[in-house]
Amino acid sequence: MGGFWHRFARNRSAVLGLAILAIVLLMAAAAPLLYPGSPFALAGRPLSGPFGEFLFGTDTLGRNVAAGIAHGARTSLLIGLISTAVAVLLGVLIGGVAGYYGGRVDDLLMRLTEIFQTIPSFVFAIVLVAVMSPSVHSTVIAIAVVSWPGVARLARGEFLSMRRREFVQSCVSLGMGDLRIMFRQILPNCLSPIIVTASLLVATAILIESGLAFLGLGDPNVMSWGFQVGAGRTVLRSAWWICTFPGIAILLTVLAINLVGEGLNDALNPRLRSA
Amino acid sequence: MSDAVLRVENLHVTLPPRADRSHAVEDVSFDLRRGELVCLVGESGSGKSVTARAVMGLLAPRVVASAGRILFNGEDLLRIPPERLRAIRGAEISMIFQEPMTALNPLMTIGRQIDEVLSTHTQLSAAARRERLLALLSDVHLPDPASLIEAYPHQLSGGQRQRAMIAMALVLEPKILIADEPTTALDVTTQAQILQLIRELQAAHGTAVLFITHDFGVVAEIAHRVAVMQNGKLVEMEEASRVLNQPRHPYTQRLIAAVPSLTPRLRTASQGPVALTATKVTKTFRTGGGLLSRERRVVHAVKDASIALRRGETLGLVGESGSGKSTLARCIIRLIEPDGGQVRLGELDLTAQTRRSLRRHRRRIQMVFQDPFGSLNPRYKVGHLVAEGPIINGVDAVAARARAIELLGLVGLDARAADRFPHEFSGGQRQRIAIARALALEPEILVADEPVSALDVSVQAQVLDLLAGIRHRLNLSMLFITHDLRVAAQVCDTIAVMRHGEIVETGPTAEVFARPQHTYTRELFASVPGRAWSQRACRR
Repeated sequence: MGGFWHRFARNRSAVLGLAILAIVLLMAAAAPLLYPGSPFALAGRPLSGPFGEFLFGTDTLGRNVAAGIAHGARTSLLIGLISTAVAVLLGVLIGGVAGYYGGRVDDLLMRLTEIFQTIPSFVFAIVLVAVMSPSVHSTVIAIAVVSWPGVARLARGEFLSMRRREFVQSCVSLGMGDLRIMFRQILPNCLSPIIVTASLLVATAILIESGLAFLGLGDPNVMSWGFQVGAGRTVLRSAWWICTFPGIAILLTVLAINLVGEGLNDALNPRLRSA
Repeated sequence: MSDAVLRVENLHVTLPPRADRSHAVEDVSFDLRRGELVCLVGESGSGKSVTARAVMGLLAPRVVASAGRILFNGEDLLRIPPERLRAIRGAEISMIFQEPMTALNPLMTIGRQIDEVLSTHTQLSAAARRERLLALLSDVHLPDPASLIEAYPHQLSGGQRQRAMIAMALVLEPKILIADEPTTALDVTTQAQILQLIRELQAAHGTAVLFITHDFGVVAEIAHRVAVMQNGKLVEMEEASRVLNQPRHPYTQRLIAAVPSLTPRLRTASQGPVALTATKVTKTFRTGGGLLSRERRVVHAVKDASIALRRGETLGLVGESGSGKSTLARCIIRLIEPDGGQVRLGELDLTAQTRRSLRRHRRRIQMVFQDPFGSLNPRYKVGHLVAEGPIINGVDAVAARARAIELLGLVGLDARAADRFPHEFSGGQRQRIAIARALALEPEILVADEPVSALDVSVQAQVLDLLAGIRHRLNLSMLFITHDLRVAAQVCDTIAVMRHGEIVETGPTAEVFARPQHTYTRELFASVPGRAWSQRACRR
């Protein structure tokens, strides 16, 4: 474990990413303390500028932008993490089964995966949310549904190559059952690429969520960065701060997660270990 | 000496900090004379490849030649500017590698790759280069050079690729050829041809050859002088016949003693009941033939192979790569589903079992794999790995663990090994762990697929002794797959020779070795490197 941190810390930008992510997490955790009450509450005069009474100003209705960002962080991270967890679970299960059994099962599952992959993911997510009516649940489901195929492809490839490895064959000859081989023997050995992909999926999920909220397809009762950007877009030229600060929050968070993902890749990728 | 073309003096090569030792090569001095073939011998990690790479200036980053001199024509290769070294490389000193597939560029035709060397180092016209190329390819006995120029590496066999590599290395008539295990990846019959070719070309061109190998059989075939390395130090350098027949240094003596003899051990044939039979087992692989391509490649990996293994007997399955011996073994234990034929384990018809019902019977027949690095799951501790089999077969976890420690003792490891991970062990130790893991299920039959091919000779001898001892003590039957006839001679009671998926000859080991019947068997035996040396050694 010490070795892992050592390798991770060698990548400076990954450490920077981790620091930014920690700040965002802290902000999300402290949101009810920093800005008690609903972020939708009217706090002051509409369209007051930033760095005055309010740190990031207020929006067209007089809502505090900074409060929105702090509360929005909770939504973004929550949706990012949960939808990624669902997508990874689904992807590993489908990809693992396809890769392990191969043949017809593989053909069937991969064709299914391809059907999902051929539909542009953001458009697909919009359709799903529109059909299910906007809510946190429908957003999570929509993001998970459009994100699992990538994980499935990855897991399939890993399982396919691991299945031929001698340690797996030796487990077969010991009389071990398929499920046990898949999840106790193979899965721990291909966790590294899956973890790296998952970390990048979180970033994508946050972007999709922001996009959906921007289009008004987010949960109307939950504050989110995308919603804030959407709400401020009509006054972009007269009140730039309404869009800009939530936009920067999205940018920094996604960037930080990507940097961390890259650091994880360096730290977990065995080919780079001894270099 | 005046006719030395290459002289290495007090060479030190340091490894990066935190490596398992500070020097890869320590204080190594030797010389290479014109027209001479020097074999650099040693086990893995002895520094023989590093020495060769230092001469070529091809050391890995952070591996540095820190002291000493490498003199070539009065120039110190360690201190000349890179441009000068580049001019020497390829033109004056060239190198061939172990794996010709990876050493050749897969996207360039053979002709262009060799031509590139010529156009880099000479001013010859395109026509003259082509002529030179054709002459060279016929020199290395490649068939039909004119069409071969247009071929890509993957269209050639392993032996042909190595010939092409040799042609490329010799195109500029270098003074020195460095060959890093050039025949290790090849089959014995191909190896014999390549060794013959190297010897022939060397005599014709007077090239000095530095030949790196771990195989004393190869040394006996071609070496004039031998340098033996151990842990980065040169322990002995002598005329080949002396090193082979009267080694002075204890390490050399140990190494040579560990080379398995080609004379089969005397043994009485097992009269036990037949434990395992395979009747007309067939397996065909089909590749290609997708939606749009009509071409399908069909490989008959195993064709109507039948074997019978008695209780307490060791049956050797020998053959070259691609002969189907591993596929047959995997069909027998049903890691691969055979297309036809029957496998019986005592009274039980293995081929008739469903995947589910087979699982209960798996414990009766266990397998030891070739690669001790790949056959143990790196994520689990050794104790768990050995106890795993019994636990999934219903043995209580505490009892299984106690038994695991006992078994580790049986294979010569102490109880503390149980709490360590596989990567903390050497290759030989891992193979012991793999054996303990297979034995944990108390199988009737052990299938060993090249269990010692990935190991150094001295370790190889220990593992073979261990297997022999266990087999004797537990009255195990063993199906032993190997490409190495020396190993087969020492281990097997009976031998089955495979070629192109068929068993061409079966018989008691001593019988097959003394009077091989099939032409292929005879060819195989004639190709074993160092055959004459082994027979002489035996007579003495």
